[in-house]
Amino acid sequence: MEKRSEFISGLKDGLPICLGYISVSFAFGMLARQSGMPIWTAVLMSMSNVTSAGQFAGLTLILNQGTYLELAMTTLIINLRYSLMSLSLTQKIGEHISTWKRAAISFGVTDELFAVSMQRRATLTPAYFAGVILIPYLGWAAGTFLGAYASNMMSPALSSALGIAIYGMFLAIIIPPCESMKSIRYVLIIAIALSLAFRFLPFLNQITSGWVIIIVTLTASALAALRYPISQEESHE
Amino acid sequence: MNRILISIAIMAVTTYLIRMLPMVLCRKKIENQFIQSFLYYVPYAVLAAMTFPDIFTSTRSLASASAGCLAALWLAFKKRGLLIVALGAVITVYLAEWLIGI
Repeated sequence: MEKRSEFISGLKDGLPICLGYISVSFAFGMLARQSGMPIWTAVLMSMSNVTSAGQFAGLTLILNQGTYLELAMTTLIINLRYSLMSLSLTQKIGEHISTWKRAAISFGVTDELFAVSMQRRATLTPAYFAGVILIPYLGWAAGTFLGAYASNMMSPALSSALGIAIYGMFLAIIIPPCESMKSIRYVLIIAIALSLAFRFLPFLNQITSGWVIIIVTLTASALAALRYPISQEESHE
Repeated sequence: MNRILISIAIMAVTTYLIRMLPMVLCRKKIENQFIQSFLYYVPYAVLAAMTFPDIFTSTRSLASASAGCLAALWLAFKKRGLLIVALGAVITVYLAEWLIGI
């Protein structure tokens, strides 16, 4: 019974993720098809990778005849942030969760899933994860297929508008707590300032986006942890 | 064709190991206060870094993206849920592009 309600609340949380996924995976499917990849390989890539930036970068490398080593390194750098997310998630799932369940859950760790599940106050259960992963995963695969199959089915106006969905979701997560918590405001300001610096300042803007996210995350979180260490109780809330 | 399949496999395995290893290897609650605090702040840092400045290039024009961003910020400050904020931003972008012609 409890498992069931956990699963259902996961499904609910997964809906907005799916919305954002469809437009991104649609774009990926279109691009893959236009660059001559067979539809089923594009879908296979989406279903086995489930990562937007990583797939776009991988696609580019495959087209440009990059070496396998380059491909592995690029994927590693772009996706290394997931290991920070997984590590963060381990603190919110029960210690008793088996290795197999951990191995299964971790397959679905994406930016969006991480964002949504971290704002739940309760301990995260495998049933919740199953629910929250399911619909976005199907949306990710279906979007890729549709994008590849019917390259011009979605109007440019609609796909432009849907492009902002994921960022809207991110804002809905990071903004509300910053009103009452100084520490969160501090993290956000540092992270945003650094992120802008890495985009616009000379030399810094040469660094690839995968590294930028890692550097910014490590710096902002470490500075905040030094300045605003949290007590045990707070972190368990 | 084989090259594509091998490439996909390399990407999938690399990505999965990145996700799986910390989850499987780190089984204990971390007691160290610094690391605990650090992990508590990670989501906010990582999402802020991914949102800015990328949100401004997420649509066809800087103007429509800015309008969508403002709408999302406003709704988020009003503590609306994820779906409402995301949809609010999408609808604002759509209307803005329609009104001002991209």
